[in-house]
Amino acid sequence: MERRSFLNLSSLALGTMLVPVCGRAVAAEELLSPMAVKFKKMLADTAMTAATSAGASYCDVRVGRYLNQFITTRDLNVENVVNTESAGVGVRVLAGGAYGFAATNDMTADGVAGAARQAVAIAKANARLQAEPVRLAPVKGLGEVSWATPIKKDWRTVPIKDKADLLITANKAGFDAGANFMRSVLFQVNQQKYFASTDGSYIDQDIHRIWMPITATAVDKSTNKFRSRNGLSTPVGMGFEYFDGRPADKIKAAGGVATLYKNSYDPIEDARAAGRQAKDKLTAKSVEPGKYDLVLSPEHLWLTIHESVGHPTELDRVLGYEANYAGTSFATLDKWQSKKFKYGAERVNIVADKTIPGSLGAVGFDDEGVKCKTWDIVKDGVLVNYQATRDQVHMLGEAESQGCSYADSWSSVQFQRMPNVSLSAGKAPLTPDEMIKDVKKGIYIIGDGSFSIDQQRYNFQFGGQLYFEIKDGKLGAQLEDVAYQSNTTEFWNACSALCDASDWRMGGSFFDGKGQPSQSSAVSHGASTARFNGVNVINTARKIA
Amino acid sequence: MKFLTSEEARRICDKVLALSQADECTVSLNGSRDGNIRYARNSVSTAGLIENTQLAVSVAFGKKQGTAVINELDDASLERLVRRAEDVARLAPDNPEFMPTVDKQAYKASPTYSQSTAAIDPEFRAQAAAYSIEACRKKGLTAAGFFSDSLGYSVVANSKGVFGHQASTALDFTVTVRTEDGRGSGWVKRSANDAARFDAREASDVAIEKALRSVEAKAIEPGRYTVILEPAATSELVGRLFGGFNARQADEGRSFLSRRGGGNRLGEKLFDEQVNVWADPWNPDVGVLPWDGSSMLARERTDLIKGGRVNALEYSRYWAQKQGARAVGRPGNMIMGGSEKSLAELIANTKKGILVTRTWYIRLVDPQSVLLTGLTRDGTFYIENGKVAYPVKNFRFNESPVTMLNNIDEIGKPVIIAGDEVPYQMLIPPMKVRDFNFTSLSDAV
Repeated sequence: MERRSFLNLSSLALGTMLVPVCGRAVAAEELLSPMAVKFKKMLADTAMTAATSAGASYCDVRVGRYLNQFITTRDLNVENVVNTESAGVGVRVLAGGAYGFAATNDMTADGVAGAARQAVAIAKANARLQAEPVRLAPVKGLGEVSWATPIKKDWRTVPIKDKADLLITANKAGFDAGANFMRSVLFQVNQQKYFASTDGSYIDQDIHRIWMPITATAVDKSTNKFRSRNGLSTPVGMGFEYFDGRPADKIKAAGGVATLYKNSYDPIEDARAAGRQAKDKLTAKSVEPGKYDLVLSPEHLWLTIHESVGHPTELDRVLGYEANYAGTSFATLDKWQSKKFKYGAERVNIVADKTIPGSLGAVGFDDEGVKCKTWDIVKDGVLVNYQATRDQVHMLGEAESQGCSYADSWSSVQFQRMPNVSLSAGKAPLTPDEMIKDVKKGIYIIGDGSFSIDQQRYNFQFGGQLYFEIKDGKLGAQLEDVAYQSNTTEFWNACSALCDASDWRMGGSFFDGKGQPSQSSAVSHGASTARFNGVNVINTARKIA
Repeated sequence: MKFLTSEEARRICDKVLALSQADECTVSLNGSRDGNIRYARNSVSTAGLIENTQLAVSVAFGKKQGTAVINELDDASLERLVRRAEDVARLAPDNPEFMPTVDKQAYKASPTYSQSTAAIDPEFRAQAAAYSIEACRKKGLTAAGFFSDSLGYSVVANSKGVFGHQASTALDFTVTVRTEDGRGSGWVKRSANDAARFDAREASDVAIEKALRSVEAKAIEPGRYTVILEPAATSELVGRLFGGFNARQADEGRSFLSRRGGGNRLGEKLFDEQVNVWADPWNPDVGVLPWDGSSMLARERTDLIKGGRVNALEYSRYWAQKQGARAVGRPGNMIMGGSEKSLAELIANTKKGILVTRTWYIRLVDPQSVLLTGLTRDGTFYIENGKVAYPVKNFRFNESPVTMLNNIDEIGKPVIIAGDEVPYQMLIPPMKVRDFNFTSLSDAV
């Protein structure tokens, strides 16, 4: 998850926009006309010719146009509507065995040729300090191809008023149900990315993502207590149809304690529930610390997967490239080479992919022109693979990149980023209600909350949004002040049951941060409801002065 | 990036303001040149130079507001920008909390520019990296680091006569040094306005020494310990406290500064009396712009905590008007008072305790009590009889900075630290705190 405060929602005003607004802000009606492919190809060819003439052995060019719209609301007011556009060209080269990168928003032949020559000069300067030359796994040139996120309703065509009305109606539903304060935001992203390389690929992609976080807060001034409940939606790689809230996409949580969503979301219904449950939290029972069997819904578990499996199996972390900031990893190469490192219980299968429709990681090709695919990371509980890019896979003895390269802007250099990393569903039929029947002393957790993990991904602590006591196989009272602390391999080896594929759905992060300077990417994580036995739960209530 | 002088910037702002047909118009113009070098595994991985210019215009028709941003400054682009902001404003619903743009402000220039930092070139950056790489290669250690510097100008203007222009520079350096067997890790961070005060060798030596001393870490039981928090370990904890100083949040009952029954706790003594924290845009070590870019209000020297008492809350212009309070520009820096005592003196005065180099992955667990969780990292040591005795394994903590600032035994000499996740330039001292709550052990090195 993003370590820096990517977006200061409370002050999204002139001069304080921390969203990536470098570039032109545009009126809605102008957003629909893309740059001509012919023009993008001309820029790419110009840059590649300039780079190879200057001595590059390889060159890739990314011509990008990034459109965002953000609508922020507070209570019954729309605080701001911001449209942004950023366009430019990033050129990456190999010269003398080292990388060089330069980017420009001067989208002329001279502009991109100049950037290409600058990239080659930087590569040559870096080559002097390079311990060993960069080795790129081969990629077959694809010629001219394209890919687009399969959307049904383009957010760019939905009137601002309709979007504002949806947010305000949701906020009002939260108030009516008991919240004292409501906040909702609509993030909409369209990335028009053109990739070309000296391998002979010209790839045009049109990528859409969308997210509507909601927070309901309830206050009791007589006890000086306040509690919040966040929405249970997920960011998705979909169009505005995600907000259709189709009845067929609604799922009852175990015991009917909440309504959950798959494939489409009903923000008004969820805001109403959030208002009611925020109020309920004010009088919920404070948890007794101790060991509990945890039943974790996919709306919660995605973040635990992200932090304790997704990040530690990034090969660049394992190798030490992120040592100064995000950290390294406990999942070292010797553990993988042993072919018997028990990451988790035998029922734990973790799969990486960039192909699932509707997921945040789904694209046709990564930012090195590699076609996206699916592979195992943990198979029957054993660590079997990592996430890697073209310059890393030779270290895994593989000849083909896994397609994990991503840059968050035309002006950022691409590097290894997490694909969707998901927990496979259990093979035997099992519902969350059936899973709970076997639990003597447990807690059912829904939604993601506070999260923290060490720099090698051993020790973590997670909270949630909703907690329900489980006693002798039955769901009981709503709890508060819950967080669990565990160690990654202890936790995954304590996985004692998985619900079946009918319960499998994705959560995800819109702003996952990594690198220096920090870049943000979006990634989904799927799971079915899962149980973990004997996990240490702490009580987080504190009295202060 | 062309560095715009005050006169050049004013001409652009005047053009924009003249183009606007809205009831009011505000302009924010920023130019920046950010250089960096990144290295890992004793080798440079990336080096970059990013130049950018950003012109943002916000206009209002009545209570409808729209914002547009561009990075071209020719006349046609300026016109397009203003028309787009006006289009968005017309489409936006009324905001009942809309506040008209501020009246003319007096911005007193602050020390944000250093010629030595502005002059940083690729060779300077390479040298900053080279010292730790070469020293680590010689000692069989591994360095991963990041040096970044920036030079920029900031401009604000509005249709009521506000105008401000100021240049800024900054640099930041971090390096992590690890032993080859992965059992030792040390880290250091240095921030400065003035490159002449930056010494890569001195900084790198600290990280190298910590890496070498941190191998063979012992596991000791989690629990409540006296800790000496180095400034970089404290800054991310103390900095997070000030998110709760928002007056509206406090008045609405959703802050640790809310008073039972309603209202806020302004004036109450909530911290140890040694605690004094203030914001001062003119501080020579951590100068920041004399205006707040969001509201365009002039910043002032403001005592936030004085003698342990909550001395000031932060009012938005809307909330100030509603509550009859005065709004000033939001602070950009945070200065915590200390003493002349060095870190070494704090250690020498400690019979038993734990020295913490760095805190990591800090997240808010409960806003009610500002309970934070996070971990120690890259150099955690046991102190015995005034000396660093041996390295200990890292801990997870669950602690509130409110409690921490009540349990202070001793405060040292403040040093410059740029916030990592908190948005402030800071002068923060090392401090000795009793009963700091470590809740579990971590195997991470």
